[in-house]
Amino acid sequence: MKRRINTWSEIDWITIILYLLIVVLGWVSIYSAGYNEEHNKIFDLSQRYGKQMILICGALIIALLVVVTDSRFYSLFAYIIYAIVILLLIVVLLIGKEIHGAKSWFEFGFFRLQPAEFAKIGTAMALARYVSSKSFNIKNSNNVFNAVVIILIPAVLIYFQPDTGSALVYFALILVLYREGLPGGILLIGILMMVLFVLTLMINKMAIIIALMVVGFMIFLIIDRKIKRFLIAVLIYIGLSGTLFGLKKFAGLGLSVYFILILSLIISGFIYSFFIYFYRIRKAVLIYMLMLGSIIFTFSVDYAFNNVLKPHQQKRINILFGIDSDPYGSGYNVNQSIIAIGSGGFSGKGFLKGTQTKFEFVPEQSTDFIFCTVGEEWGFRGTSLIIILFTTLLLRILFLAERQRNGFCRIFGYSVFVILLFHFVVNIGMTIGLLPVIGIPLPFMSYGGSSLWAFTILLFIFLRLDISRLEYLV
Amino acid sequence: MKNIYENRKYVFGALLFLVVFVFIGKLFSLQVLDKSYQTTANRNVLRYIIRYPARGLIYDRTGELLVYNEAIYDLMISPNLVEEFDTSVFCDILKITHEDVEKKLENARKYSYYTSSPFLKQVSSETYAVLQEKLYQFPGFFVQPRPIRKYSKKIAGHALGYVGEVDEHVIENDPFYKMGDYIGISGIEKAYEEVLRGEKGVNVYMVDVHNRIKGSYQNGKNDKPAIVGTNIVSTLDADLQEYGEKLMMNKVGSIVAIEPSTGEILAFVSSPTYNPSSLLGRGRSKVFETLSSDTLEPLFNRPLMATYPPGSTFKVINGLIGLQEKVIYKQTEFYCDGGYYSGRIHVSCHSHDSPLNLPEAIQNSCNAYFCNVFRRILDNPVFPSVREGYNSWRGHVLSFGFGQKLETDFPFELKGFVPMDSYYDRYYGKTGWSSLTVLSLAIGQGELLITPLQMANMTATIANHGYYFTPHIVKEIEGEEKIDERFFSKHFTTIDSVYFPIIIDGMDMAVNGPPGSGSTARIARIDDIIVCGKTGTAENPHGEDHSIFVAFAPKDNPKIVLSVYIENGGFGATYAAPIASLMIEKYLKREITRQWHENYILETDLIHNEKEN
Repeated sequence: MKRRINTWSEIDWITIILYLLIVVLGWVSIYSAGYNEEHNKIFDLSQRYGKQMILICGALIIALLVVVTDSRFYSLFAYIIYAIVILLLIVVLLIGKEIHGAKSWFEFGFFRLQPAEFAKIGTAMALARYVSSKSFNIKNSNNVFNAVVIILIPAVLIYFQPDTGSALVYFALILVLYREGLPGGILLIGILMMVLFVLTLMINKMAIIIALMVVGFMIFLIIDRKIKRFLIAVLIYIGLSGTLFGLKKFAGLGLSVYFILILSLIISGFIYSFFIYFYRIRKAVLIYMLMLGSIIFTFSVDYAFNNVLKPHQQKRINILFGIDSDPYGSGYNVNQSIIAIGSGGFSGKGFLKGTQTKFEFVPEQSTDFIFCTVGEEWGFRGTSLIIILFTTLLLRILFLAERQRNGFCRIFGYSVFVILLFHFVVNIGMTIGLLPVIGIPLPFMSYGGSSLWAFTILLFIFLRLDISRLEYLV
Repeated sequence: MKNIYENRKYVFGALLFLVVFVFIGKLFSLQVLDKSYQTTANRNVLRYIIRYPARGLIYDRTGELLVYNEAIYDLMISPNLVEEFDTSVFCDILKITHEDVEKKLENARKYSYYTSSPFLKQVSSETYAVLQEKLYQFPGFFVQPRPIRKYSKKIAGHALGYVGEVDEHVIENDPFYKMGDYIGISGIEKAYEEVLRGEKGVNVYMVDVHNRIKGSYQNGKNDKPAIVGTNIVSTLDADLQEYGEKLMMNKVGSIVAIEPSTGEILAFVSSPTYNPSSLLGRGRSKVFETLSSDTLEPLFNRPLMATYPPGSTFKVINGLIGLQEKVIYKQTEFYCDGGYYSGRIHVSCHSHDSPLNLPEAIQNSCNAYFCNVFRRILDNPVFPSVREGYNSWRGHVLSFGFGQKLETDFPFELKGFVPMDSYYDRYYGKTGWSSLTVLSLAIGQGELLITPLQMANMTATIANHGYYFTPHIVKEIEGEEKIDERFFSKHFTTIDSVYFPIIIDGMDMAVNGPPGSGSTARIARIDDIIVCGKTGTAENPHGEDHSIFVAFAPKDNPKIVLSVYIENGGFGATYAAPIASLMIEKYLKREITRQWHENYILETDLIHNEKEN
C-alpha cells in the first residue's frame, strides 16, 4: 500500500540546507588552504579546491539519485549491500593501493576510492535491517552478539589495512543498540573501562588498585549502611594482606606487592561470599566483581598498551594525556594545529590570510585538519559557527530519527547520527588537542571524494527513508 | 506502539550538548582567552633576516683608505629543518672535521631548535662560491652575508683598534647589540663605535614549513634598510706611520708624533705591533692567544699605557718652572764637578764644560744644574715650607698634562704618576722629607711616571710656547661640521710663554750645537731643518735603561713633535734620537737623504740580540 507523495515538498529541507552550508564552508576552507598566487582560479583542476568543486557536483547528483530511488530498495538490499562492501574491504586488502602505509584505496587511473568510507553505509543498513527484524530481541544475548558481529566485521577488516581511526568509527554503532534497549549498565561499564584505561596510562597501578579498593569499600558502606559489616570486611582484607606481608618478610617469600594485594583480595573474596550467603547481601557480590574486574582490566590495559599497540600509537596516546610532550615529534601535528586555531583569535586573520595553514605548518590541512583553516582565518566566530551548524544538523537528524515509525528507518537514522557524531567529536577534538590524533575526516568539509560521497549517500538515504514514513503505514 | 526506550533519546541529546559545551569552552580559551598563540604563529612564519651595515671607512689625513669592508658569509643553521646530508662533502667544502659538524649541530640545537643561529662564522667569499652551488644538498642551512673589516696596509693596529663580537655584558647593558653583532674593541674602532657602526636593517619574510621564503611580510612594511656607518678621517699620516713601524722593527718601544698646532696625532707606533688583519676571521682566537702570550706584549698599547720615568727629558720642565718661579734666569750658572753633592747625597754627572747657563745645561743635560734648580724651586723662601714649595712645583708639572688623563679620544689612557706631598709623608713622615729627599725628581727619575703620549704632548706644549691641544686621532667625521669641541681649546700651562724660547734654545743646541760643545743629540741633526730635542734615559731596575728622545721641528713654526721610546735602548741619543730625526725628515721632506742613518736603525735588533750573543 503506497501513497503518492511529492518527494520535493516532503523532503526535510532544513537538513539539506544545513548540509549545503557545511559543504560550501568546507569548499571555501579547502580553497583557502590551497590558495596561492599562481593558482587562484576557482576551477583550477590541478588544485584540490578545483577537484573538490567537481566532487561536490558529483555528490549532489548522487544525492538526487539516492532520493529518487524507492525507499524499499534500501531495506530490501541491506544485506546484499553489506555483503558487497565487506567483499570490497577484503579485496582492498589484497589488491589495494598502499598510501601512507595503509592499503585503503582502490585506484582507477586518476580516480581513487576508499571502500572503508562506503562500508559505513552498508553496515548501518545491515544493522538497521537486523535489529529491526521481528525475530530480533534485545534481551537475547545471541541476537545482540550477532548485531555486534555485523558491526565488528568491517571494523576488523579496516583495522587490518591498517586504518585504526576508521575502524574505531564502527564502535560508535554500539550506541545505536543502547537506543534499542541494550542495558545502560553495559555502557556504564564501558565508560568505567575508558576511565580506567586513561588512569592506567597516567598514574601508578598501585595507586589505582588501592583507590579501587577504597572506593569499593566506600560503596559497600554507602549501600549497606552497616558500619559493623563494613569494619569486618575491611579487617578481613587488611588482616589477610598483613599476614601475607609478614610471610614475605619473615619467611622470605618472593612475593611482589601487587601479588599480595590481589591474592588477599581473592582469598577474602571466599570469606566474603560466606558472609554474603549468610547475610544475603546481594549487592556486595556486584561490588566485589566490579572491583576485581577493574583491577584485572587495569593490568590488561597496561599489558596491551605496552605489547599490543605500535610505538607510534602509544606515543599519540601519551601525547594526548600529556605524559609525553614532544612538540617536534609525534605531537607536531597537534601542536601546529592548536597554534593555527589559537592564533585566529576572536575574529580570525581574514580569508586567505592564514599563515599556519597556507604555509603548510599544519599537515593535512585540507583533509583531516580542515578545521584549522576555519579557526585561523575566521577565528572563534568561524569555529563556533561550524560547531553550531553541526550541532543543529545532528539534533535535526536525532529529531527525524525519533519521528520514524518504522524500526529500520529509526535505527538507520540513529546510525547516521552516531557516525556523524563520532566523526565530529573525534575530528574536532583532535584538532584542538582534546583527543589523540586519529585520522578521520570532518564530514562534508574535509577534502576527499570518498568521504564526501559516502556521507552524502548516508545522509540522503536517511532523508529518503524519512519521506517514506508517509508512504507506507506500518 | 510507543517504544519504551524512547526516553533514551535524551541521553543522546545530552551527550551532544556535553560535546558542544566542551568544544566551545576549549575554543574560547584557545582563541579568545589565550593570546600567546598569535606570537607562536608569527614565530613559525616570520623570518627576520638581519641586514648588517658596513662599518664606516677610516682614512688617513691625506685621504688614503686605511680600513674598509669586505663581504664574508656566516653559514646559518635552522636545526628543525636539517635533514640527513653528505657530511664528507660538507666538511670538504668548509674544511672542518666530522666531529666539528657533530658538535656544532648539537650546539645549534641546544641554542634553539627553531631559531636559526650561526653554524660557521666568517666563511670566505671563495668558500662561499663553492658552498653556494651545493647548498641545496644541505637543507636547514643558509648563508647570511655580513661585512667584515679589511685593512689596506698592515699598519697602525694599535691606533685603529679592532672589532670583535659583543660579549654578554655589552648585550645586557645596551639594547642596540644582539648576540653575534660586532663592536669596536680598541682604538678608533672602540672610541668611535657609535659613528662607525651604522644601523642594522631587517627584512621580514614569511616562510613556509620548509623555510622557503614566500614573500615579504605585509609588503615590507616592517622592513628597514641597513644604514651604512659614517666614514672617519684619522689624523694619522699613513706614510709616516708605516715608516715609524719600519724603524721600530726589532725594537720594543713607541713613537708618538703630534702636529703641535692642532694636537693631531700623526704617528702612533707601539712596537712590537701586530697585523690588524690577523685579528679578524676564523683564525682570530688562535692569533689572539699567541699575541697575548708573547712576552714582548705586542697587544700592549705602549703610547697610552706604558709609563716610564721621563729621565732627563724632564729637565726642560724643571728649567721652565725655575724660570717661572724666578729662582733662576737664562744666565744663571751652576758649577758641575762631576755631579751634585750635598751631604751624603750625590747625583753624578758626565764630564762637560763648567759652569753652564740654562740653555747650555739643557744642551749638555747637566744633572748638577737641575739639581740646583730643583732645590731652589722647593726651598724657595717665598714658601713657608718645602711642602708648599713642592706643591707649587707639582702644580706647574700637572699643567703640562702629567699625572692625569689627557682626555684624548682613545679609550684606555693611563694617567701616569706625579706624587702628591702625602705620598712622601707616608714614606718619610710629615716632616721627614726635604728637597734633598726628592731630589731625583730634578732629573726626571724617582717616582715620576709618564706615558709616551704625555711626553709627546709636553713637547708640543714647548713647541707651542706654553699651551697644548688635547691630542686626538680623528680629524673628521663625515657629514659632521667638526669633531668634539674639546679638541679645539688651548690648554695653557702655568708657565709664561716668554720663558719657552730659552728652553727651546737649549733644545736647539742639544741637537745643533757645534761638535765638541757637549750637545747630547747631535745624531738627530738634519742639515736644513732646525730640530730641537732633548734626550732622556729612563732608569730601568729590571735591565738596560730605556732610551727616550723628545723633539720638534722646525724650530720656528713647528710642524711635528715626537716622543720616541726605545725600551732597553740605553742612552736617549743611541737609538731614540736618530729615529726621531728620521721621522722628522720623513714627515717634512717626504724622503730620507741620510741613508746610513736609516740603515743603522733598520739594522739594529734589540730583541734578538741576546740570543745571538
